Amino acid sequence: MSLSAHIFAIVGSVIVLLGIIEMLRRRQLSEKYAVLWLVVGVLILVLTVFPGLLTWFSQVIGIQVPTNLMFFVAIVFLVGVSIHQSWELSRLEDETRRLAEDVAILRLEMDEKLKQKADG
Amino acid sequence: MSSESTGGRRALIVVPAWNEEEAVGDTVREIFAALPEADVLVVDDGSSDRTAQVARAAGAKVLELPINLGVGGAMRAGFRYAVRHDYDAAVQCDADGQHNPLEVKDLLAKLDEADIVIGARFAGEGDYQVRGPRKWAMKVLAFVLSRLAGTKLTDTTSGFKATGRRALPLFAENYPVEYLGDTIESLVIACRAGCKVVQVPAHMRERRAGTPSHSPWKASIYLFRAGFALLLALIRRWNVSVKAATPVVSEVSV
Repeated sequence: MSLSAHIFAIVGSVIVLLGIIEMLRRRQLSEKYAVLWLVVGVLILVLTVFPGLLTWFSQVIGIQVPTNLMFFVAIVFLVGVSIHQSWELSRLEDETRRLAEDVAILRLEMDEKLKQKADG
Repeated sequence: MSSESTGGRRALIVVPAWNEEEAVGDTVREIFAALPEADVLVVDDGSSDRTAQVARAAGAKVLELPINLGVGGAMRAGFRYAVRHDYDAAVQCDADGQHNPLEVKDLLAKLDEADIVIGARFAGEGDYQVRGPRKWAMKVLAFVLSRLAGTKLTDTTSGFKATGRRALPLFAENYPVEYLGDTIESLVIACRAGCKVVQVPAHMRERRAGTPSHSPWKASIYLFRAGFALLLALIRRWNVSVKAATPVVSEVSV
């Protein structure tokens, strides 16, 4: 890798990491996701600063092209994340439904109380 | 209202409860016995048992959350209720009977000179003890938060807390809902907003139901999460400029 490409990669991953930290600071990211993305951000930074790590690790587990190892890990990770998000989304849908039901029930009960008061 | 036990304040005792039907009734009755002038608000955090009915039967006001929001979420609901109904102080009290209602008086009395009063478990009284990673975590937290608050705090993760008029609207808006946020982060927010935090010694008692966890693995996770929660609290930006007049409903006429 040429020096300029290396610097470009490092600057890129530093920007990613800073972006995550800034989102955290603005409270746009809750704690449970924050840990996940911070780990990912740091991992990316470490791998760009020391590209030799990836080559060494792919040799250890017997993968010929280091980028293939990276693609494999990235795809597995992204599939995991999207499954997790689907799960969270389903839970949120269920919670909103329950809230809507509760509001409707409260509105009915309130109406009935008001009517009782008007009649009595 | 002249009220001796609450020091002349309109005090709301907030009891967050999640599946506590065995303990919550006795806890509520005990609070009323110790503080006849206070109001008790049980926040039923989406329980699947009869917590709400038991609490209501014991004479408490009950806020039934339709979904489980965690201790922080339950407390925020309590603070919002306190602000809407113009209470002078809110005191958090555990449903499992760990906190002694007789000591609520000490907390309330101390509100004369502070905005938040923590019932601390290590400040001389009581025989509450922890070991290992959990202890280190608590030491570090106590050190950092003492510096921030400008006064000595020894037990920053205590759930036994009294909140005064100045901090109530702040917490009603910003009370953290994440794990450990309701203790660590809430203190950081309060300090940032210029609230005065002090502590008084408190005894912890055995829980009425359920058992505390003590495995070393869990303690290590606790250490990590507490550290992370503290770090997060310190770097986060909070909008602490709370509206002076938060909406207050004077008893809705229904």
